[in-house]
Amino acid sequence: MKNIRWKLILIAVVIGLSVWGFYPPQEKVRLGLDLKGGVHLVLRVQTDDALRLETETTVERLRDSLARASVQFSKVDVVGPTEFRVEGIQNDGAFRDASAEADTVFERSSEANGYVYNIRPNIANQLRDGAVAQALETIERRVNELGVAEPVVARYGGVDQIVVQLPGVDNVRRAKEIIRSTALLKLTLVEQGPFPTREAALQAYNNVVPPDAELLPGRQEGSGTAGTAGTVYYSVKRASAVTGRDLRNAQQSLDEFNRPAVSFTLKQDAAARFGNFTESNIGRPMAIVLDDRVMSVATIQGRITDNGQITGISRDEMVDTVITLKSGALPASMTYLEERTVGPSLGADSIRSGVTAAVGGLVLVMLFMLFYYRLAGFNALISIIVNLIFLLGMMAYIGATMTLPGFAGFILTIGIGVDSNVLIFERIKEELALGKTPKGAVNAGFDRVWWTIVDTHVASLIAAAVLFQFGTGPIRGFATTLAIGLASNVFTAVFVSRTIFELVLSRRRGATVSI
Amino acid sequence: MRILTNVNIDWLRWRWHSLAVSWLVILSGLGLVLTRGLPLGIDFSGGTLLVAQFEQSVTEEQVRNAVASIPGEEVVQTYGEPAERRILIRLPQAQGATDADSLERGAQQVADALSKAGLPKFEIANRELVSAVIGDDLQRKGIYATIASLLGIMAYISWRFRFSFGVGAMVASVHDVLITMSLLMFAGYELSLNVVAAILTLVGYGVNDQIVIFDRVRENLRSHRNQPMNEVINLSVNQTLPRTVITAGATALAVLSLYLFGGEVLEPFAFAMLVGIITSTYSTVFIASAVAVLLSPRRKGSGAVSAGAPSGEAAPSGPSRKQRRARAS
Repeated sequence: MKNIRWKLILIAVVIGLSVWGFYPPQEKVRLGLDLKGGVHLVLRVQTDDALRLETETTVERLRDSLARASVQFSKVDVVGPTEFRVEGIQNDGAFRDASAEADTVFERSSEANGYVYNIRPNIANQLRDGAVAQALETIERRVNELGVAEPVVARYGGVDQIVVQLPGVDNVRRAKEIIRSTALLKLTLVEQGPFPTREAALQAYNNVVPPDAELLPGRQEGSGTAGTAGTVYYSVKRASAVTGRDLRNAQQSLDEFNRPAVSFTLKQDAAARFGNFTESNIGRPMAIVLDDRVMSVATIQGRITDNGQITGISRDEMVDTVITLKSGALPASMTYLEERTVGPSLGADSIRSGVTAAVGGLVLVMLFMLFYYRLAGFNALISIIVNLIFLLGMMAYIGATMTLPGFAGFILTIGIGVDSNVLIFERIKEELALGKTPKGAVNAGFDRVWWTIVDTHVASLIAAAVLFQFGTGPIRGFATTLAIGLASNVFTAVFVSRTIFELVLSRRRGATVSI
Repeated sequence: MRILTNVNIDWLRWRWHSLAVSWLVILSGLGLVLTRGLPLGIDFSGGTLLVAQFEQSVTEEQVRNAVASIPGEEVVQTYGEPAERRILIRLPQAQGATDADSLERGAQQVADALSKAGLPKFEIANRELVSAVIGDDLQRKGIYATIASLLGIMAYISWRFRFSFGVGAMVASVHDVLITMSLLMFAGYELSLNVVAAILTLVGYGVNDQIVIFDRVRENLRSHRNQPMNEVINLSVNQTLPRTVITAGATALAVLSLYLFGGEVLEPFAFAMLVGIITSTYSTVFIASAVAVLLSPRRKGSGAVSAGAPSGEAAPSGPSRKQRRARAS
């Protein structure tokens, strides 16, 4: 009797802790995107961009050092994102000395007319990995700037994929733009332009754009906001005096006509470089290029050191540009692979149908168990309900996410509870039929099925674990719910149910079980 | 109340008949897949899925006409209750679309087409855009996951019982998966992430029945030393029959509630579970035990039996082992 009292106290404490853990459920149970509304995005980082950048930089440096060492060669060409070629080398020994630096990153192989350089595989992997890691950090900063509660930014599936989950975000289009924007800022000289069309710009070069220049779209001066009206084309120098990495800060401001603008300041070393650049180019037009778009063009009036302004943008663009510039440039461009948006109204409906289904399932099972097992049916019900309470409590404690398939997890937990209870009850019946006393039959019933219950639960847990590995958000919610339900069911179906039997049987001598 | 007590059915006698029935279902399911192709949902095929919430009710026909001009085969159907005025529109993966903005294109086309058609005002309540890359990825993962859980469970049962039981359980689980998929095809459901989740859950659930019976077989092998294996298995299936039927019935009731009230998204999941629960009960009785008999070492009514048993008993089966031993002697 004393033993039973302690068991009952233990059960009561666990129930109390669980209820305290999840009550009130609206606040304590974390809802997944499919219930709360929000957007789930998967992006792919174009890691080839990072490799191409490394290859181009190496080629630039190689040209420099070859020029310094006065090594004669006919040409150096970038062939692909990971490959470049040097041809027509006059003095091989001198070339090797001058190109030693490139060998740390690239593998050199001889060719008929020179050398082919391929990026070393381990370095390529490092660069790809670094690009994804940097993209991850940048996206995290941007998402934080967006002010979304409980966002998720993490690596996903393939090596170059990133998942972003933004619960409750209403302007999905804007969020997507901000996340994806490379925020690549360049301050560079305008060669020619503006031209009304790309074709006109090409004609000015007889259709051959020199390798050190590029054609970029821009906004017609004095017309609306960027992107809406009057696109013109400029040809600008590829090489940029200043890039996004040189930014110290960016902030919202106003231009001379009190229109929205973004002011930025440069880091110290960049400011010195920018000073020299502007000083030697006084009188020439300079473009501010953001994400391959000419934002504004101004003639350099004098030496500028550490600050600049992007003008002619709308208020929204101003806000978003500051966010992206401040969070830093992305090392590589990104594309969206997947988007799942759930509106809040649909989420609320899903919660309603999920709860209805769970309660409906519980009621149906309840009626069935009471009809078939009479009083012992109550026993099963108590253990099933206690199990659901534990399940909710555990989910709240570990911060597991409730999803729509999670409701299916609840219903299957009811099923698992029934399974264990029926297994035990049927065994008790069999033992009673063999002529055992009620107490003996209950004890034998529980003892004999214990390992069966362990085995069935482990088998289901294996399936749940695989499911967790396989699934994304909603399915993971299901797997988590199922796994916790399984674990707590071992406790409720065996410990709680047995305690109730013992309690009933201990009341009076010669008590029977209604089963 | 007690049902199905003291039944004495020779289950194994029916194993060839049941096998024929199973093959019939599986092969006709396969035939359907071969003729019509495996109906993959957007999760696996990629594409665009939108749920439009209209302010006034519209018919599927109106919406279908509105989006008819979009290339590719559109699917238009009422989503949930008609009173909720929600219409689901699905487009296949755009051909050769790989550039950055292609993911948006289908959604944009639908929104434009609906606005132009002069339908009542609407907003997009739900939007799923899946590229082929993700679809392929999930297909691969789904197949790996199913294989991994089958093998994992087989290994566990082989370790806890004996290898032949593990194989029996796996054959029965594969059978359940195939039957469930066939019936999903007949009912016209698509394979979605949720359906695959149901199938994986089923693998774990179906094994429950098998474990219960195998456990009883192990117990009876000790207490009925002089009986051949098939008789022991028949006896065990019969002894646990009430439990098998009641559990399946009660769980099916719970899942039925999910099917009826769980809403549009969970309906295929619930259907797969419902079919799976019934199938796995059937396969436990007919398939798993039959395979276990086939693979078990021959056991004649002689004293040499105990030499055959230890292979399975090598597993640590806990304290109840001692009791069984005591009971058997």
